[in-house]
Amino acid sequence: MARITRDEVLHVARLARLELSDDEVSKFQEQLSDILEAVSKVAELDLADVPPTAHPLAIENAWADDVPRPCLPLDEVFANAPDRDGDYFRTPPA
Amino acid sequence: MTVDTLRLTAEETNGLLTRKEASSDEIYRAYLEAIDARDEELHAFLHVCDDDPGEGIPIAVKDVIGTRGIPTTAGSKILESYVPVYDATVIERCRARGLRVIGKTNTDEFAMGSSTENSSFGPSRNPWDPSRVPGGSGGGSAAAVSGGLAPWALGSDTGGSIKQPAALCGHVGLRPTYGTVSRFGVVAFASSLDQVGPVAKSVRDCAFLYSVIAGRDENDSTTVDVPAVELPRNHDLKGLRIGVPTEMNDDAPGIEPGVRDAVRKAIELAESLGASVDECSLPLSVEYGVACYYLVAPAEASANLARYDGVRFGLREDGADFREMVMKTRDVGFGDEPKRRIMIGTYALSSGYYDAYYGTAQRVRTAIKREHDALFERFDVLVSPTSPTVAFPLGAKIDDPVAMYMNDVLTIPSCMAGLPGLNVPCGLSEGLPVGLQLIGPQFGENTLFRAGHALERALGFDVVPERLR
Amino acid sequence: MSTWEPVIGLEIHVQLKTETKMFCRCRNGFGGEPNTQTCPVCLGFPGALPVPNRRAIEETIKLGLALDCEIAERAVFHRKNYFYPDLPKAYQISQYDEPLCSHGKLAVPTPDGEPVIGITRAHLEEDAAKNIHVAASGRIRGATATLVDFNRGGTPLVEIVTEPDIHDSETAKRFLQLLRQTVVELGLSDAELEKGSMRFDVNVSVRPAGSDELRTRTELKNMNSFNFAAKGIEREIARQIRVYEEGGTVEQETLHFDPAHEESPPMRSKEEAQDYRYFPEPDLVPVHPPEDLVDRFRTEIGELPGARIRRIADTLSFYDADVLVTGGLDRLWSAVVDAGADPKEAANVLANQFVATGTDVSAVDAGELAKLVQARAEIPRAAFDEALAKVGEAGFSADPYLAQKVVADASELDPVIDRIIEANAGQAAQYRGGKHGLLGFFVGQVMKETGGKADPRVVNERVRAKLG
Ligand SMILES: [Mg+2]
Ligand SMILES: [Zn+2]
Repeated sequence: MARITRDEVLHVARLARLELSDDEVSKFQEQLSDILEAVSKVAELDLADVPPTAHPLAIENAWADDVPRPCLPLDEVFANAPDRDGDYFRTPPA
Repeated sequence: MTVDTLRLTAEETNGLLTRKEASSDEIYRAYLEAIDARDEELHAFLHVCDDDPGEGIPIAVKDVIGTRGIPTTAGSKILESYVPVYDATVIERCRARGLRVIGKTNTDEFAMGSSTENSSFGPSRNPWDPSRVPGGSGGGSAAAVSGGLAPWALGSDTGGSIKQPAALCGHVGLRPTYGTVSRFGVVAFASSLDQVGPVAKSVRDCAFLYSVIAGRDENDSTTVDVPAVELPRNHDLKGLRIGVPTEMNDDAPGIEPGVRDAVRKAIELAESLGASVDECSLPLSVEYGVACYYLVAPAEASANLARYDGVRFGLREDGADFREMVMKTRDVGFGDEPKRRIMIGTYALSSGYYDAYYGTAQRVRTAIKREHDALFERFDVLVSPTSPTVAFPLGAKIDDPVAMYMNDVLTIPSCMAGLPGLNVPCGLSEGLPVGLQLIGPQFGENTLFRAGHALERALGFDVVPERLR
Repeated sequence: MSTWEPVIGLEIHVQLKTETKMFCRCRNGFGGEPNTQTCPVCLGFPGALPVPNRRAIEETIKLGLALDCEIAERAVFHRKNYFYPDLPKAYQISQYDEPLCSHGKLAVPTPDGEPVIGITRAHLEEDAAKNIHVAASGRIRGATATLVDFNRGGTPLVEIVTEPDIHDSETAKRFLQLLRQTVVELGLSDAELEKGSMRFDVNVSVRPAGSDELRTRTELKNMNSFNFAAKGIEREIARQIRVYEEGGTVEQETLHFDPAHEESPPMRSKEEAQDYRYFPEPDLVPVHPPEDLVDRFRTEIGELPGARIRRIADTLSFYDADVLVTGGLDRLWSAVVDAGADPKEAANVLANQFVATGTDVSAVDAGELAKLVQARAEIPRAAFDEALAKVGEAGFSADPYLAQKVVADASELDPVIDRIIEANAGQAAQYRGGKHGLLGFFVGQVMKETGGKADPRVVNERVRAKLG
């Protein structure tokens, strides 16, 4: 089982929007490699004929009727907002 | 009237109230005093409420469960200042029965861990031996109930976070059938696995609290109506067919002899109470369960934890643009365990790897489910130790994620299959509690309550930690 | 030109006009104060969970049936993961490999045939919120901050993807018009381009005629009118042909036209191509459209716009049929014709004058309108215009207008004409000197003098005779 490369760690961290320090990259490269090696065990089984289970509960069609309910008042909308501009959430430029 | 917070079950505490021997406020204050007295050592709570409306008895709530107006951090720095504007459905249901939130209990960050050492706010400690972990991720709720800081508590269980701490702290904990308890308002870890459940001193308390929180919730598409809960009163186990999977008992990976012996004795006791006991096998589930879990849960977590982007709530670090702000916020806000799991999950879902990792794990999940289903045609309950070991010292596994993950080897398989599991304390090993895991078929909670209750009475385990008696 | 064949595929997003959003019960509506139509679910607060909107699912099935799609026995929602301020959960709940509707087709009547455009899929998803990039220029680049309004976030959105079956801009435009008319008639959406309730992207490539290779395509995003799209496609086709003929290669790229309606964030760099990491949404359970529901919808769908264009083109020209149907006028036209109006006359009135009045089609009494159409030549122009403007009013009757007859009697008109020629002797002399363009001037004066009641044909004839 191939170890995860430094570039792969950086790629995954970028996809997940995690800024890692150099030390973190090295540490996680080791740990992620160990974990991946352990979980790669699933590949030992021949499961070509077994369907996937996305959900342990076999139900379907859980829908709600199209009837409005009250929305949040603005003070609750923004109660936890780190930055607000009028009645908008504000972020650095996207 | 003094309230013996260490010893009273929730049912008994409530008895004080109904017999008017103590008021709701007196009881609430008694538990606040217990927290004052013992929580400095145990660190079971991340937040203690001075007061909370209601006419009933107190309840402690794991800090992943959202509480309106009461901080909810999920054990993470990224939510350190977060105060929900709405109650989780389980909290609404507890409030409707008069229960009063006494505080929010410590948890591994985003419920990711098996020792509560991954909490951003410091670990909780085991009331039986404060140098040891209380288990995780629900170590706070476990320590609170075991240490007499709350009559009962709500926990959440993804791969063993109710059952394993209950085992390590010597009390009762139920992980309900997936879909029976609403997840609405509960900070998500892995959506297809997360279940809220009761943490208590007795099986009857567990059954009662389950009856309060269970049932279809229109805000959670993955919930269903559940069979009426029967509070157990029986003394025997006549007619109960118990299966003992060898891979989870004598042959369990890393099992301690003291744990094995205590569980064996409990099984013999069950037989003497009228149960039939037979060996059986779950080869694939035990061999591949942990690997399957550590692909499925991180994959779902990688998406569930993406919303912590510093825009609408939670921590925000400065950045020149949106992307930089998000990356810095998540770097500062998340601890190592969420970072590891987010990266594993992202990797398992990413282009070119999906089939080999996530897709394969989903097929293994089917195989695990089928293996369990087949056994439940022959048995009513499967038993095993909940944890292969008793509580381990703080720091013992914190630097070895894979070793830490193997802690959950016995609790994970039934979680993957969506099945209910109950921990009942069944004895001591090296002076520390050993937990017996009872696994039932889908919606088989009443069977677990009945079996657990009879065993609990026969075992006579004293849930008050020796050093606190 | 004939040596290159354009290959065009379309991706259309249509906002459904349900009462509530896709996964929460916040009101789904345009124009509320910022962030007032939000809740823990559509703000992505911790612990919030999605619950699908029944009507949105049903309407997507209806649209699928109208597009001749197979309705899936089992459809699944997936998470599409990416970070952007307008995406509160940092994933969009969408559909991936198990969409509600797939393998459909839409025949597009054109003046010279009826190409059938394959519909790859029609699936249901949630819309993103609205980002406002604040800066001097208002463009993405150079912005100082991004403000977010989550009102639109979570609006039900149907995404329709076609096969690359379109080979000219005109067919692309007709397809879009026909699709728009279909969703409007089914009552699913306003499909207003200006409001962004219908948006579309176009994929364009070219290949040597006769080959079936698929070359690198470019994507034209967020165009806000059908004509603009047609022009954009033509320009892009011409550009690609030029590139190939000059021996170059076409680069894969995306051309944005309307940054206010971004579907997904711009890519940062090639090295980080989007990887959406789709996986089944574990907070939701599969959709299994009940058979009886699908069957009922099948019977409820009436004659679709394409079929009506075909049918009406038997009576009128293709052009008139197309204008009537895609303008939503053909049902009224049929009713007016049934009430006795001349088909061609009725089409002219509806497509030209009626449309300009902005009258709601459903408010019109077809019988009264038919009377007006038939009397158009006999009543004064002014009376006709006024009547047409009021034809949608409650209790409208054509009779008072029909009572006003045009003055066609030469003995009545001659004195007026004489008076006007006398008063404009200079112009009369110029006319007689050969400047015949002045005829209109005299006719106009007479019409004005008679308050629009004169028959213009008779006035024409008499003026010409007198100046002759
Ligand atoms: Mg889309
Ligand atoms: Zn909402």
